[in-house]
Amino acid sequence: MRTLKLLIRNAFRHKLRTGLTILGITIAILAFGMLRTMVNAWYAGVEASSANRLVIRNSISLVFPLPLAYKDKIRQVSGVTLVSWGNWFGGVYIEEKNFFPNFAVDPRSFLALYPEYIIPDLQRASFLNDRKGAVAGRKVAEKFGWKVGDTVTLKGTIFPGNWEFTIRAIYRGKDRSVDETQFFFHWDYLNETIKKTAARRADQAGYYIIGIANPNLAGEVSTTIDAAFKNSLAETLTETEKAFQMSFVSMTEAILIAIQLVSIVIIVIIMAVVANTMAMTARERIGEYAVFKTLGFGGWFIAGLIFGESLVISLAGTAIGIGLTFPVAAAFADYLGTYFPIFFVERQTIFMDIAAGTLVGIVAALFPTWRAVRIRIADGLRRIG
Amino acid sequence: MSESTTTCDEHGPPPDLEAQPVIVEVRNVNKAYLRGSHIIPVLQDINFDIREGEFLALMGPSGSGKSTLLNLIAGIDKVDSGTIVIGGVDITALGETELAHWRATHVGFIFQFYNLIPVLTAYENVELPLQLTGLTRAERREHVEMALSVVNLAHRMDHYPSQLSGGEQQRVAIARAVVTDPTILVADEPTGDLDRASAKEIMSLMCRLSRESGKTIIMVTHDPKAAEAAQVIRHLDKGYLNHANS
Ligand SMILES: Nc1ncnc2c1ncn2[C@@H]1O[C@H](COP(=O)(O)OP(=O)(O)OP(=O)(O)O)[C@@H](O)[C@H]1O
Ligand SMILES: [Mg+2]
Repeated sequence: MRTLKLLIRNAFRHKLRTGLTILGITIAILAFGMLRTMVNAWYAGVEASSANRLVIRNSISLVFPLPLAYKDKIRQVSGVTLVSWGNWFGGVYIEEKNFFPNFAVDPRSFLALYPEYIIPDLQRASFLNDRKGAVAGRKVAEKFGWKVGDTVTLKGTIFPGNWEFTIRAIYRGKDRSVDETQFFFHWDYLNETIKKTAARRADQAGYYIIGIANPNLAGEVSTTIDAAFKNSLAETLTETEKAFQMSFVSMTEAILIAIQLVSIVIIVIIMAVVANTMAMTARERIGEYAVFKTLGFGGWFIAGLIFGESLVISLAGTAIGIGLTFPVAAAFADYLGTYFPIFFVERQTIFMDIAAGTLVGIVAALFPTWRAVRIRIADGLRRIG
Repeated sequence: MSESTTTCDEHGPPPDLEAQPVIVEVRNVNKAYLRGSHIIPVLQDINFDIREGEFLALMGPSGSGKSTLLNLIAGIDKVDSGTIVIGGVDITALGETELAHWRATHVGFIFQFYNLIPVLTAYENVELPLQLTGLTRAERREHVEMALSVVNLAHRMDHYPSQLSGGEQQRVAIARAVVTDPTILVADEPTGDLDRASAKEIMSLMCRLSRESGKTIIMVTHDPKAAEAAQVIRHLDKGYLNHANS
């Protein structure tokens, strides 16, 4: 009790020095937390993927489609429970900066495959019944003020023309990891329109998504499917949804590793800063530590004083840093929502902040403690005056 | 030893030292420091006794080894050879931890620069040595208030050292030294940093501890005025002890 009081009073003896050190830790923890949150946001698609889903695409490239006729053959592969397909539509709402992902999907199989999109039953039915109906994510609907029943026009980029949709449903995610900025509509609407305007592009799916009964058999199912279309006009590449999402992320893997390295470097730098503060502090207090020892206090007490003070400072900075991470992350999420639809501070990031702050406090106290405990009392007392 | 008068006499008669038991026995003590590759002998074959209730002043030129000798007796430095027996305990044979325990119960320290902990109040500073005893909070309070009233500072107990004058800080330090009721009190130039008036006040306090409470006091001093308070004066010169009474 008395000792705790002593630590705290000691920590704030040099208000400016301690204040600046705490400010440094605060900024470091904030930067560390934001970088981690950014990396998490980047991997959000990978994290949200389901082990029960496989993605089938053209083995040459994602930009080449697959014939719609494949769906029956795929359905026959053992272990496949559901087959769905869709196209990246790439429509623009009013102007390009209003970006959000939009897809043409086979509605019934799509909703069955994605239980994480939660839609009220009535809306679901009316979406399924309206060929020009669309379902929009909660966030994108909020952003543009769409309500169920509103008409939304997207300008086609891959498929030219102005496309009109009626919002029939608004989905929300079952948890925070679900992207609520997407927009889905009936694949038939797309296909039938193309049939009239560009017939040779009709009946082509951009990709297939299939449900499998047993995630452990993903490899087998993939091999069987790809073998079935070997030597056909459009060979397939089947992989888990996770691997598929990963293939987007891995292009920037190097950047992500760099970001993670930077976040470690930040912690190491702040460690040096706090260690310097503690070394200065302990050097000034050598005489006081000698007095404590003279009075009969042991080395453990001295170690406790230095470690305690170091931890008071580093954890104060950590606490403020964590406190600031939330509003800053919220501001980021608002600003960068189009690039990072899933942007929130994970609990694990907070744990890592605390672990980093504690580590900084401990490491910073090691050397000063070693010196203070080792110095002979008589020598310590000579430093006074 | 002659029975010369001291400035402490107004606080009571001196004890008859011949009749008192020996409380500190210093035998064949040697101490040297290493400076670079040179061995500097600081204390050479020191022998003397201190009797219970004795007020001893250690004098001598700067660098003669006074502080070193005091530190050895107080158990905060180690002899190279020889023994120091205090109250029947050979402190030169104690390990680090045992010695720390021994100091906590048997020695009261008064330093030239007071050495109070700046972030603790007068009360908390005096309470510090009691933290190492098994006393309850209430018992500690009783002892602290008692010690502070002895040095006449009970009304300043919530003040921090920086809010006290040098003389007042030294009085708090004295309260801290006596609060555990130690076997010996050691003081290294307790008036060295004080003006005349404060120094006189401190010395009269030392006299009261000696004459009224019967404390055994070992005091290093440069100040002949301060040394006048002591019953026995010993001179150190170049590491040798010259026995002399004032
Ligand atoms: N830790 C140490 N390392 C090296 N030399 C030391 C050490 N401590 C003391 N000395 C030397 O031992 C000698 C005696 O020192 P000490 O402090 O005991 O003298 P003193 O009589 O108290 O002097 P003063 O009156 O100046 O306080 C001095 O020459 C001093 O430089
Ligand atoms: Mg000295």
